[in-house]
Amino acid sequence: MLESILLTIATAATPLLLAALGELVVERSGVLNLGVEGMMIMGAVGGFAGMILTGNPFIGVLVGVALGVALSLLFGFLVLTLATNQYATGLALTIFGLGLSGLLGESFIGRSSVRMPVLNIPGLSDLPVIGRLLFGQDIIFYLSILIVIGVTWFLFSTRQGLKLRAIGDNPQSAHALGIKVLRYRYLAVMFGGACAGLAGAHLSLVYTPQWTENMTAGRGWIALALVVFASWRPFRVLAGAYFFGAVSIGQLHAQALGLGIPSQLLSALPYLATILVLVIISQNRRLTLINTPASLGKSFVPDR
Amino acid sequence: MKPLLTTLAAATALSMTMVPAAFAQQEHVDACFVYVGPANDGGWSQAHDVARQKVEEHFGDAVSTRFVESIPEASSEGAIERMARSGCDVVFTTSFGFMDPTLAVAERFPDVKFEHATGYKTAPNMSAYNARFHEGRYIQGVIAASVSETGTAGYIASVPIPEVVLGINAFILGAQSVNPDFSLKVVWVNDWHNPGLEADAAKVLLDQGVDILTQHTDSTAPVQEAAARGVKAFGQAFDMIEAGPETQLTAIMDTWDAYYIDRVQTILDGTWEEQNVWLGLEDGILSMAPYTNMPDDVKALAEETEAAIRSGDLVVYEGPITRQDGSVWLEDGQIAEIGELLGLNFYVEGVDDQLPQ
Repeated sequence: MLESILLTIATAATPLLLAALGELVVERSGVLNLGVEGMMIMGAVGGFAGMILTGNPFIGVLVGVALGVALSLLFGFLVLTLATNQYATGLALTIFGLGLSGLLGESFIGRSSVRMPVLNIPGLSDLPVIGRLLFGQDIIFYLSILIVIGVTWFLFSTRQGLKLRAIGDNPQSAHALGIKVLRYRYLAVMFGGACAGLAGAHLSLVYTPQWTENMTAGRGWIALALVVFASWRPFRVLAGAYFFGAVSIGQLHAQALGLGIPSQLLSALPYLATILVLVIISQNRRLTLINTPASLGKSFVPDR
Repeated sequence: MKPLLTTLAAATALSMTMVPAAFAQQEHVDACFVYVGPANDGGWSQAHDVARQKVEEHFGDAVSTRFVESIPEASSEGAIERMARSGCDVVFTTSFGFMDPTLAVAERFPDVKFEHATGYKTAPNMSAYNARFHEGRYIQGVIAASVSETGTAGYIASVPIPEVVLGINAFILGAQSVNPDFSLKVVWVNDWHNPGLEADAAKVLLDQGVDILTQHTDSTAPVQEAAARGVKAFGQAFDMIEAGPETQLTAIMDTWDAYYIDRVQTILDGTWEEQNVWLGLEDGILSMAPYTNMPDDVKALAEETEAAIRSGDLVVYEGPITRQDGSVWLEDGQIAEIGELLGLNFYVEGVDDQLPQ
C-alpha cells in the first residue's frame, strides 16, 4: 500500500513540477507568463490527439510539447516583439488555450487510449516500496527529474545561465554588455511552453488517460504559485510540488479513513500547508531577494 | 440550430404582432438550454444535450433549439438573460446553482417560460424539475453488496448538497438490504469535474481496500482507474461502459428527453403551467445502463429491485431507518417527507464518514 501511495503522489506532483520548472526559467529571464494553464491544456489535447491519431503515446508527448511551444511562441511574439503587457497577455493566453483546446479536442472526447508504457528492470523494479517508484515509472516522470537537475546546472553553473539571470535582473545592463536579451527571453519562453506542454501531455496520457475539456482544472495556477513560493529555486520547486502532492493525497486518505475532520478544511490543506512550508524555508530575506528576478513582468525594448 | 441573427429578427417580428395571451396555442417554439459544463462532457451536461437533440427530432420544424455551454454558476445570470432576450419561448437551466439567477431573470421576463433543473424555487413563469436519482443509487447499493468480497465500497462525492447526501444514503440502504454489515468509505473532492483529483480519490479508496467504486462526480476518470486495477465500478449520469468495458456494473443515466418533450408540447398547446416535480425511474427521467459484468443472480436481483421501485412496492426512504448517530429517523413503514429529503443533511447508519456541515 505504501508503494501505491508513493506512486500516486509522484503522479500528482509530476505535472505541477514540470509546469513550474518551465515557468521558473521564464521568470528567471524577467518574463512573467500567466498563460501556463493555457499552454498546459494545449499540451494535454495535443498529447491525446497525437496518441489517438498515431497509436503511439511517445508521438503524443512530442505533439503535446510542440503545441505548448507553439502557444508560447505566440506569447513571445506579443510580449517580446510587440512589447505588450505581460500580465494581460498571459491571462489572455490562458483563456485562448482553454477555448482552442476545447475546439481541437471535440472529436477526441470519450475515446479510450493506450496507457503509457512504464520502465521495467527485472529485479530493481520489484524492490519493495521504492522499486516501482524509482524503476517502474513512465518516461515523463524521469524527464521531470532530469529537468530539475538540468535547470539547476544550467542556471547556476553555466555562462548562459548567468546571462539569463542577469537579463532577468537588469535587461538594460545585460543589453549594454552585448547580451542578446530578446533571443534569451524567446528561448526561455519556448522552454516554458515545452515544459507546460509536457505537463499537459502527462495529464492526458499518464495521470488520467483521456481527454476532457478543462482537464487541467487549475494546475497551471498552482504551478505559477509554486515558483514564487519556492523563491525561483529548482530544488525547492521539486520539494514544493511533491509536498503539495503528498498533502493532497494524504488528505484524501484522511477522508477515506473517516477521521472526522471537515472535508472542506482537508481540501484546502494542500494549499495552506505548501505555502506555509515554502514560506518557512524561504525565511532568509536576503537570499530570497537575490533569487527574485528584479525586472519580472517588465517589458524590454532594445534601443538599437 | 438557427443562426442568432435570424432568430433575433424572427423574435422581433413576433413580438410586434403577438398578443400576450397566456393560453394561446403556438405554432413554433424556440427552446433554449443553459449548461454548466461542455455539451459533450460525457456526463451531466451531455445528458441534457442528448435530450435537447431528441426534442428537435421529435418535433421537427415546429421546434428549434439552442444552447450555451460551460456557463459558470456564479455568473450565469447574464447568459440566462441573453437567452431570454433573444426570443426563447422557454429556457431550461440545468444546474442547481442556476436557481437564483433563473428566478431573477424570470421576474424580468414574464412572457418567457423558465424550467430549472434540480432546484426548489418556482415562480408563475418558472418551474422546477428534478429526478429521484437516489432510486438508482439504491439499486447500485444492492448490486455492490452482492458482488463485493470485502464488504466495503468507496464513494467519490462532489460537494455536500442534499442531492449528493441522498445518493450516499440510498446506496448504503440498498447495500444493507443485502448485507447489514456493509460499510462505505466516502471521499469528497469538492468539485464536479476534475479528472485528476477524481482519479486520485479513486486510487486512494482502492489502496484502502474497497472493491467497489461509485462516484457522484462528472468525469470518467474513476471508472477508468478502477478498470485499470480490474475493480468493479458504477458510471455516473451517462453510460460509461467504454471507460470500463469489463468492470462497469451499471450506471445511472439521466434521460431528460421525456420531460422536455412533454413540457415543449404544453407550450405548443398553450397549457404550460408552473409546477415543481420530482420524477423517478417509473417516469423515465432516469434509467439504468445495462447490468453488466455481474453474475446472473445478482443481475436478477437488480432487475427485481428496479421493478419494485418502479411499481412503488419499494420506497427508498421508508422506515425503519436509523441515523448515523444511532437515533431513529423513520419508524417502520414511515415514509420520509419530500421537504425533508430535499434538505437532507445527515447520514444514515453504516456510512464511515463525517458529513461536512
